[in-house]
Amino acid sequence: MANAETGRFRLRVVDPILEMPAPKTSFLPEIRLRNPILNKERVPMRAQDGKIIARLLFWITSLPLLLFVLIGLFVLYEGAPLLGGRLREFVLGTTWDPRHGVYGVLPMILGSILVTCGALLLSMPFGIASGILISEFLPSPAADAMRFLIFLMAGIPPVVYGFFGLVMIVPLVRIYLGGPGYSILCASIMLAVMILPTLIITSEAALRAVPKECKEAALACSGASHWQAIRFVMLPTASPGILAGIILGLGRVIGETTIVLMVTGNVPTFASSPLSPIRTLTANIALEMGESAGQHRQALYATAVILFLFVMLFNMAVRVLNKFSASGKLGGRGGFA
Amino acid sequence: MTDEVKYRNSRGKSRSSSLPPLRRWIRATLTLDGALTLLVSLCGITGILVLVLITAYIVLQGARVISPAFLFEFPRKMGREGGILPMIVTTFAVMATALGLTLLLGLGSAIYLAEYGRNNRVTKLLRFGIEVLAGIPSILFGMFGFVFLVVLLKFGWSILSGSLTLAFMLSPTVARISEEAIRSIPREFREEALVAGATRWKTIQTISLPLASRAIIGSLVLAIGRAIGETAALILTVGSAIKIPMSLFDSARPMSIHILLLAKEGISTENCFGTVLVLFSIVTVIDFAALWLTRRQAASASEW
Repeated sequence: MANAETGRFRLRVVDPILEMPAPKTSFLPEIRLRNPILNKERVPMRAQDGKIIARLLFWITSLPLLLFVLIGLFVLYEGAPLLGGRLREFVLGTTWDPRHGVYGVLPMILGSILVTCGALLLSMPFGIASGILISEFLPSPAADAMRFLIFLMAGIPPVVYGFFGLVMIVPLVRIYLGGPGYSILCASIMLAVMILPTLIITSEAALRAVPKECKEAALACSGASHWQAIRFVMLPTASPGILAGIILGLGRVIGETTIVLMVTGNVPTFASSPLSPIRTLTANIALEMGESAGQHRQALYATAVILFLFVMLFNMAVRVLNKFSASGKLGGRGGFA
Repeated sequence: MTDEVKYRNSRGKSRSSSLPPLRRWIRATLTLDGALTLLVSLCGITGILVLVLITAYIVLQGARVISPAFLFEFPRKMGREGGILPMIVTTFAVMATALGLTLLLGLGSAIYLAEYGRNNRVTKLLRFGIEVLAGIPSILFGMFGFVFLVVLLKFGWSILSGSLTLAFMLSPTVARISEEAIRSIPREFREEALVAGATRWKTIQTISLPLASRAIIGSLVLAIGRAIGETAALILTVGSAIKIPMSLFDSARPMSIHILLLAKEGISTENCFGTVLVLFSIVTVIDFAALWLTRRQAASASEW
């Protein structure tokens, strides 16, 4: 820690949390003199130990990759008998009836896609608008308060939103719009609310990261109004960041289980309107995994395979986007997420 | 567009300033600029308001239920009456175990990638693994935990299975944030230590980890905030027995699963609100701590 009065430099190793050192590089030569540990003549560790630690850390680091492969293989291995024998029937089948051994996941694939699209459509306008509002229009104390509030809300667990949807949105939909209440609409609303903080935070941060000069140049040189500056300068420049937020939200919505479990009604049929109940791929697994056996369990693994493929496809799309963006083909300033 | 601007700049102000405030506001709003601003403001305010209202509703409804008895009593009749003491204990037990495991896995990866890993194919592959694992939905983790830990390794529905599953799920995030924190430490610091004769591990211990500690702890706290509300991964691995867990191999019921079951089976909306508020407060406190930690980190990092 650089001491302003004496100009002394001290690198603290005790209690780093409470007193984070903020060293300046110009004081560097003194580290050697003042650091108690580095000044010990003897280094207590042999070179051999370093190798063991390196090896250990390597294995820890390879764990995620291992897990990823393991999860993929496990799911595929368990689901393979069903997928191999009756792939067409499984993917394109329209009825899900474990008691009679009929397994078709098309309604659930559709359910997942519909709910995801609904949530994104609902949350995007509000999320981006809130981002613009906070970064451009609110005075800075209010904007700071908002940022703080929204950060806290980003941490609210999905199960809380699910419960809120169950006691508040479902009855409202049932009373005012008809139908059973448990519906695509409810799920979309609650999922939209869930990713709203993510969208607001990312789009606001992206807008704030646009260099001040860009906006000022637009305002001063071309005589643009504030809105024109936002529309033609700020938003295009910030678009990679905003898109990153949307992608982040999309990833969370695809895999979300708790909320859809609580508000979609979990009926594995085709949806005829936004007010009809459905079941998603994730909910299907969570609902039946605990008390399944035999072919039924294989069918659930096969469901997981489909979900896994969805997620992988999505991840690959993000990687491709990332590459394009890094090479400047998409415009913007490069780099997602 | 340009006519619009000219109009506003040359005559708009002087002409409308003589009008009463309301009509001046209406006239300003009638321009394209004003209308769009209004629209965006309305959308933005709606978005923020929805979040605030939901939070307020949950807090108000929950506050009516919460009492010392609710916090420190055992549930009766499957949670229809009584308190949620076992669920609170279980939540903290799962949290603490998952925290330890996540620290081990996440920080281990971060140290390796930032300090040991050379810029070669193997490292790239490991990094790829961390990235894709972070994108896998929690229900798939739950499923994997169920098959691998609960059934195959015979851990049963237990705190250990749940915590391990959570640690698998959270370690990529912690690894990524911690790696960035360690990387952001100026090179010279490390070189000084190495010049002074410290081994690599000693350098990590005395330079890298202490300097990056705030960000690392911030990321851990954030991860734990996610862990405590996690439902999908836990419902298949922890089980839902209503009791205070006595060992790592006991099955128990965390608050998030309690909420799900109470709400889905329609057992008790009131107790559900109470549990939601308790969970919500814990998460908020944790996130508050994370924010405080990372903000201090950001402030001191900018002084470098």
